[in-house]
Amino acid sequence: MGAGEEERVNWLIEFFGDPANWSGPDGIPLRLLEHLLFSVAALALAALVAIPLGLWIGHTGRGSLFIVVAANLARALPTLGLVVLIVMLLGTASVWPVLIPLVALAVPAILVNTFEGIRGVDPELRDAAYGMGLSGRQVLGRVLVPVALPLILLGLRLAAIQIVATAAVAAYTGLGGLGRYIIDGLAIRDYPTVLGGSVLIVLFALAAQFLFVMAERVAVSPGVSRRVKVR
Amino acid sequence: MITFDGVTKRYADGTVAVDDLHLEAPTGEITVFVGPSGCGKTTSLRMINRMIDATHGTISLDGVDVRTIDPPTLRRGIGYVIQQAGLFPHRTIVDNIATVPHLLGWSRKKARAHALELLDRVGLAPELAGRYPFQLSGGQQQRVGVARALAADPPVLLMDEPFSAVDPVVRTSLQDELLRLQAELNKTIVFVTHDIDEAIKLGDRVAVLRVGGRLAQVAAPAALLSAPADEFVAEFLGRDRGIRRLSFVSDASLRLRPDLTVPASSPVSEAAGRAASAQSPWLAVVDAGDRPLGWVNPAELPRDGTLEGVRLLPYGTFVHGRDSLRTALDAALLSPSGCAIAVAEDGGAVVGVATRESLDEALALAASDVGNGDPANG
Amino acid sequence: MGEEPSIWEYFTRNWSTGQPGSIDTLLGDHIVMSLLPIVAALAFAIPIGLACVRWRLLYQPTAGLVNIIYALPSLALFGVFLAVTGLSQATVIIPLTFYAVAVLVPAVVDGLRSVPEHVRQSAVAMGFTPLRRLTRVELPLAAPVVLAGLRVAAVSSISLVSVGALVGMGGLGYLFIRAWQIDYFAPAIVGIVGIVLLALIVDGILVVSQRLLTPWVRARRSG
Repeated sequence: MGAGEEERVNWLIEFFGDPANWSGPDGIPLRLLEHLLFSVAALALAALVAIPLGLWIGHTGRGSLFIVVAANLARALPTLGLVVLIVMLLGTASVWPVLIPLVALAVPAILVNTFEGIRGVDPELRDAAYGMGLSGRQVLGRVLVPVALPLILLGLRLAAIQIVATAAVAAYTGLGGLGRYIIDGLAIRDYPTVLGGSVLIVLFALAAQFLFVMAERVAVSPGVSRRVKVR
Repeated sequence: MITFDGVTKRYADGTVAVDDLHLEAPTGEITVFVGPSGCGKTTSLRMINRMIDATHGTISLDGVDVRTIDPPTLRRGIGYVIQQAGLFPHRTIVDNIATVPHLLGWSRKKARAHALELLDRVGLAPELAGRYPFQLSGGQQQRVGVARALAADPPVLLMDEPFSAVDPVVRTSLQDELLRLQAELNKTIVFVTHDIDEAIKLGDRVAVLRVGGRLAQVAAPAALLSAPADEFVAEFLGRDRGIRRLSFVSDASLRLRPDLTVPASSPVSEAAGRAASAQSPWLAVVDAGDRPLGWVNPAELPRDGTLEGVRLLPYGTFVHGRDSLRTALDAALLSPSGCAIAVAEDGGAVVGVATRESLDEALALAASDVGNGDPANG
Repeated sequence: MGEEPSIWEYFTRNWSTGQPGSIDTLLGDHIVMSLLPIVAALAFAIPIGLACVRWRLLYQPTAGLVNIIYALPSLALFGVFLAVTGLSQATVIIPLTFYAVAVLVPAVVDGLRSVPEHVRQSAVAMGFTPLRRLTRVELPLAAPVVLAGLRVAAVSSISLVSVGALVGMGGLGYLFIRAWQIDYFAPAIVGIVGIVLLALIVDGILVVSQRLLTPWVRARRSG
């Protein structure tokens, strides 16, 4: 179809200016909330699985090969295919089936970065920590995790990006959230709705990205980020 | 005292890192492990705090087998300093130093106060307390590493090539600082280095290890220099052993002449008279406070006026009663007179002059000691 | 709907049918839509990366922009471009080019920065002109890191094309739509296997070409 610039701006005004789009089960606030809930739930589940596993593999060095395979496979797996296949297998009765691909595709990013973060800690530092009498658990919790934190948070951020994107795709199989506008709009050739939904998802993703960057500034020690004012 | 009794470390692949080591590191002394890479010196050190466990034999701390103490508890009672300092990058300097006191359950306030004290003790400014490790130079980081190891006042300190990553000037000052600290603290220190000069400078006893983890010789530095046990030790000690050994011979055997000085205010004629009666062409010119200014040969000067304004020749000094014969010899070689000026430790006033004859006598005496065990150790 | 066909049956029955939904046609579209962005992105990323290394001030804002692009969900970006380029392959190719640029620019920068300073200096000292130094010394030495980035970009691109099926341009991704519509597993599995295989093959080609292009990397490792 293709459209002039003015027309596209008009589409946006049409979508965002329509009061019907701001209330009800199809309204922007509810869709936004849905997208947020799915994303947070999926990220929390993925982190719950991937962070402990990544810490363990990074700390003990056992199962490194598994990490490499998981990372490469996750990148090659088509998200739409996975979502369709799993929902077809498990049915559309609840949202749980959709959460599976969301979590599965997010786990590798957290896993790989947590693992790399822990394994990348200077061996001298690990040595010094043990040498001073920290127990294995203390070395992990008081030294390795704080020093690896930038990478762990990067993993969470990449996972969040992946989840926000996959949640939009999953609207195709009936999941709520902002992806609905694109899928439903396309079905009835309502391009203002497609464009409006796309813009909303972009804004949502940018907000998530911003939140993680801020979290990184707060959580990472200035001694690690090297962001510090000299007194 | 740390005792190695028949200690062997063999790895799973069959490599022997340490082979049947018998050794004692006496309480309150610095014992240095030195040797080429692959000699097992670091492995030996790390077996003391059980970073590595020995395959055979026992290591005991004041009679207690280290294997009977669980590693974290053992390590909290032993200071540990490593090459790159290994400071925790996410913690400030003061928190780094307070790590072990913190683990031992000291109150936060007490641990920090003590850390600030230690910061001062290792010669760092209190402003550095709130900085992060990356904001410090390598030498400063290494000082923090020492402070951190001392924080819980452990009787034993293990130092694994602690100064090898800093430049030579900083290294020298860190070594001097360690000796100064040790004079105050009297810790039992085991120090690993590959630098024989560092070993000789710091060690009360030096253990030379050879590749394959066998002990080649253990002795006081001077004895090592004068009587290396075999070809390997001699080669490892390197050239100039004789000269370097003089570092351990005190200047007590040096006869000093008190009559070879002349005040700068003296007339040249008087100086010429003094030189003639002393039967020496050279006189050391001193200022009103008896501090050395340089050498003159009055015979070569015009006979009018005083020594003020006369061009003086370069001189070298050594501190009487503190410096070694090597320093005195060095001082003599820095002057055309061939004599060394002995000065007092306080104020730097001239005590006397060591002439070539007296240096010659002292060197002959030092040489006669070789082979008789330790030379006179000032 | 009848008896569900086996996967192999579905594959053979729909290969080379001459119809628009024929698997060989979908595969061809998929290759074009996933690899064209990679080639285009490389052409953009090398000059941008060079500029970032040459003028350090450029790097921070570029890195920020790259991070933002990387964070944009593919379906949303396809949706936005649908409004601009309509129902054409460009709707998928342009956004995928953005993603590939976002992956490749940091790789080019890291690669160029991995060239040891002493190597650069000795090239200058031997009288290489800046252009020759770039093409004969710096880019070849940066190649392993750039190729590693290229592998990531290519595999992601191949998998992301399938999302384009939702806006009508998805190559093998069309098979997922088909599976959902007729409620057969076979097309979905053929699609997933096809896409993963394609990714593996392209990745393999890149690994082999890296060995051929930068033999010194392998030599150093084995020596």
